[in-house]
Amino acid sequence: MSEVPCNKCGELLQLYLDGELSEVETREAEAHLDECGYCRRYYRFERAFRAHLRKVLTDEPMSAELRVKLVELRADVRPSDRL
Amino acid sequence: MSGQAPDAAGRSLAEEARNRVRFEEEALEHADQVYQVARHLAGSKEEAEELMQETYARAFRSWRSYAPGTNMRAWLLRILTNLNIDRGRRKQRQPATSSLEEGDYSLYDRLEEAAGPGSGENEERLLSRLSQSDIVGSLAELPHDFRDVLVLVDLGEFSYQETAQILSIPIGTVMSRLHRARQLLRQSLASSLGGQG
Repeated sequence: MSEVPCNKCGELLQLYLDGELSEVETREAEAHLDECGYCRRYYRFERAFRAHLRKVLTDEPMSAELRVKLVELRADVRPSDRL
Repeated sequence: MSGQAPDAAGRSLAEEARNRVRFEEEALEHADQVYQVARHLAGSKEEAEELMQETYARAFRSWRSYAPGTNMRAWLLRILTNLNIDRGRRKQRQPATSSLEEGDYSLYDRLEEAAGPGSGENEERLLSRLSQSDIVGSLAELPHDFRDVLVLVDLGEFSYQETAQILSIPIGTVMSRLHRARQLLRQSLASSLGGQG
């Protein structure tokens, strides 16, 4: 990245992306993003990176066999329901 | 003296049965989402499936301890993370001794280098250079304590407070482990790009 590095903002932006800042802090972070090209690019990358992680790591659905096993653990399952 | 007329006792039993069925149905509705988190808390698909069965067996046994209206997904994952710890698969790897300040930006820099100068590729295009196996492998290599927090926040989309409650650790510990986990994951992925360009 070509802009001047802004090291103090790395953790703040993570908190912002995590939705963990107060309203006042959120407004401050957004104001900073408006004026700091370095953080804006980092923010866009981090947001895309998180979405990419979720997409890659949650694309393996629970198997049908496991679902059947979980249902069978229910206390009220009658023998006929187990088939 | 029983204190309860037979018909009242019957109604009470019927109500309890209905509550139990409601609980079980709601718990099963969360199973897909719980599994997505369990898959990366556990070391393998097989371990995740075993953990899911143990978790649901325990949840169905102790359904009365769940407070209706509270976050059931968090409640289920608290059971699951406790079982995961109980299973003794918590041998800690020592994190690599790289600088704490590295990593925040290095992954982005390495991806841009791999794309070539002035490529102008957008973020999604750059990220597509990371293979699924590198991402899964880098996450699996994180020390358990760090990985648990990262998986709950980034995949489970739990708040810091919820994550602290699920893992029974202070919120400050959630924050410091998350920060470190993210740095380590990005460093590992940046290293995986070594041969590309």
